[in-house]
Amino acid sequence: MFATRSLLAMTLALCSVSALADVTLTVYTALEADQLKAYQQKFEQDTPGVKLRWVRDSTGIITAKLLAEKANPQADVVMGVAASSLLVLEKEGMLLPYAPKNLAKLNKAYVDSTQPPAWVGMDVWGSAICFNTVEAAKLGLKKPESWKDLLKPEYKGKIVMPNPASSGTGYFDVTAWLTLFGDKGGWDYMDKLHQNIAQYTHSGSKPCKQAAAGEFPIGIAFEYRAAKLKDSGAPIDVVFPKEGLGWDVEATAIMKGSKNLDAAKKLADWSASPAANELYEKNFAIVAMPGVAKPNAHIPADYEQRLVKQDLRWSAANRDRILAEWSKRYDAKSEPKP
Amino acid sequence: MWRVMTSSRVRASRDEHAARLLLWLLLAMLAILVLWPIAAMLGQALHGGLAVLGQTLAQPGLRRAAVGSLWAATLTTALVVPLAYGYAAALTRVALPGRAAFRLLALLPLLAPSLLPGISLVYLFGNQGLLKHWFAEGGLYGLSGIVLGEAFYTFPHALMILLTTLAVGDARLYEAARTLGAGPLRRFATLTLPASRHGLLSAAMVVFTLTLTDFGVAKVVGGQYPVLALEAYKQVVGQQNFARGAAIGLLLLLPAVLSFVLDRLLQRRQHAQVSARAQPLQLLAGVWPRALALLYCLTVGGALLVLLGVAIAAAFIQLWPYNMSLTWQHFDFDLVDGGGWLAFANSLKMAIYTALAGVALTFIGAWASCKLRVAGVAGLGLHALAMLPMATPGLVLGLGYVFVFNQPGNPLSALYGTLTLLVLCSVAHFYTTAHLTARTALAQLDADFEPVAASLKVPLWLTLWRVTLPACLPALLEIARYFFVSAMTTVSAVVFLYTPDTVLAAIAVLNMDDAGDTAAAAAMATLIVAASALACLLFALLSHASLRRSQRWRRPS
Repeated sequence: MFATRSLLAMTLALCSVSALADVTLTVYTALEADQLKAYQQKFEQDTPGVKLRWVRDSTGIITAKLLAEKANPQADVVMGVAASSLLVLEKEGMLLPYAPKNLAKLNKAYVDSTQPPAWVGMDVWGSAICFNTVEAAKLGLKKPESWKDLLKPEYKGKIVMPNPASSGTGYFDVTAWLTLFGDKGGWDYMDKLHQNIAQYTHSGSKPCKQAAAGEFPIGIAFEYRAAKLKDSGAPIDVVFPKEGLGWDVEATAIMKGSKNLDAAKKLADWSASPAANELYEKNFAIVAMPGVAKPNAHIPADYEQRLVKQDLRWSAANRDRILAEWSKRYDAKSEPKP
Repeated sequence: MWRVMTSSRVRASRDEHAARLLLWLLLAMLAILVLWPIAAMLGQALHGGLAVLGQTLAQPGLRRAAVGSLWAATLTTALVVPLAYGYAAALTRVALPGRAAFRLLALLPLLAPSLLPGISLVYLFGNQGLLKHWFAEGGLYGLSGIVLGEAFYTFPHALMILLTTLAVGDARLYEAARTLGAGPLRRFATLTLPASRHGLLSAAMVVFTLTLTDFGVAKVVGGQYPVLALEAYKQVVGQQNFARGAAIGLLLLLPAVLSFVLDRLLQRRQHAQVSARAQPLQLLAGVWPRALALLYCLTVGGALLVLLGVAIAAAFIQLWPYNMSLTWQHFDFDLVDGGGWLAFANSLKMAIYTALAGVALTFIGAWASCKLRVAGVAGLGLHALAMLPMATPGLVLGLGYVFVFNQPGNPLSALYGTLTLLVLCSVAHFYTTAHLTARTALAQLDADFEPVAASLKVPLWLTLWRVTLPACLPALLEIARYFFVSAMTTVSAVVFLYTPDTVLAAIAVLNMDDAGDTAAAAAMATLIVAASALACLLFALLSHASLRRSQRWRRPS
């Protein structure tokens, strides 16, 4: 089976070389690897003549890469990157505003407020805690119900969370705490939480994967990865802390300077289409197009109400300052690579 | 008659002119592939002047990482060198059963990327590890994990040096010592140890430098422990801060160059340790030495084998530790980061091309620089440049490639991101060892072949093709194997140069582990080991066949 599969992969790789007639869009993304395939398949099927080439990494890395390439952008489109990062690029004048078809059908809360919008949301992803019940039972740990619970001394060295400098998930956790507990209260909270953190990871998914594997019993991650791992049989409970959940919008934007503008617009249109939203819906509880989302067994029905009231523009404007402060305080404990 | 003589002379010298032109071309190529990137890296590091460099280096994070790196490298050296010395002594000085097998066993780590021991350590000593009680909870992540992982990674490098060192010796000295009443300990302290001090120092420097410049192990099990190599990687890949990356690169280059120069100086002084009248060593054949040596080799070799085996086993286990049933599913890389089977196919391609190009370039370079009468300055220059890659950490070379080949103005920048550049970079990265192997093989051939052939009016190329090349075939195969395996396992230089289309297997391991897909990372590392092992087997068979066919002259008649 493997032989055929690898053969297939190699054949596909060869085909993609020979199909030079097609336009190939370079798309920078922070979407999860297991989401990309479905999106790409559907888009390429709906849009003959345009192929996608993903450059994937964590939100912070993709953002840094885009900023570094400002003089000579390599990406045509950015898709599935945090709006708080896209707002930074927008401020730098690196995005090409474009109103995709179907724009009117999308929830305005998840679309850039300028006209035409520089970025258009796809879905919302938010905080969740993965709690390994098997390991917790062995260690006699109680299930945390709130962010404040995580400060209990019994959790010392038991918690992993993503590094906000590299992970979009990590960043919205930090901004949520600053929103919920105020500036001083937020940093106080993080100082105390830091005492219980075993590792800060590079990726936003890894804490939940580590919790699922029992390497560390508690992982601060996001709801998609948590639900996915629970489905695959990992012994975890998904906890939605009661104070409120950090969140961000995964969004699409066209890069200024793209040499494949027509194709880029096609992808932006597709990204806002009902077909695309139906795919997002499989992964997320909230999508940009109202009425598409369906209930998920692992995610509460009132999920949208549990999100912290926060302003993405504030998150974007203060990104540098917050990350610098965070690195100054906690970086020594970060997993190698930001 | 006269006319014939002149024309033949002209023909011979035309060959030599062509060969010399080739030599100059190779020299130019090495200058582009080795000298220029290093110079560009230095230029970038010193760009703002020494003051800016000083400021960058004085930042507390960097100081912490420098201290962390030095500690990790020192401890690893202190652990690996004595272990490898004992192992080498057991293999060379004791009549140990299965010596060839033990030698092979200890060289196994060479087949794996440095990330593999990290992954194995997590499965062995991590919080869900088989032997987690050997460490305090979470105790693996940090210095202890780094030192253990680097020990696995550097052991064969130290062993190879020490094997060569301990293989020579003069039995007459030992006999004299014995008749004078020196016990085994005294003989060891006064004969064996002093004779191997150069080898020990050389092994120590290799281990130290390798540990200092590797980031694979620290990436996986370093936890919050700061090291320089990772800091450079983090600055460049994570924050696109190339200036700071270059400054750290400079820090890593210094000890590498220093140890390289020291090693060369020592080697020069080391000649003629064993006189021509030396008697071959008598292997210790007593029951005790043999039993002890066997036990020792079983323990050390066994530990290496376990570390390799755990990652391979983990690749086939459903969900460690909750569901230990066997599965192939981790080899289905579709749903994880890293590039999956494309990365593996790329790596195979890259390794094959590197082996082919590497053999051709290093052999022709070595031949032209040491067999050509008219080599002159170009020959010396090539030999000097060929030494440079060994003194350059892969990370520094890779960074240098970014600075050279990612400049919009540079016509060579079209190569950036292509598999071709990855191949060229790998050839340059591993050039030195291959060059030295080729030179050694060529030096074994009589220097009279070329002049005699020339006087018989045999064209230079024909001599090369019919005499020199076949005679060196075993060395060529050895060089090809070395290039293949190194290209399969390397991360350090190429990690800055790949694109999604040219992603490599070892880099996929890195990215999979980063995303928390440890089992998939183990599966990809297993594929790398399998490919390297298979290649080694294939080369061994080829070498065997070629020895039988074309190397009869080596056998005493």
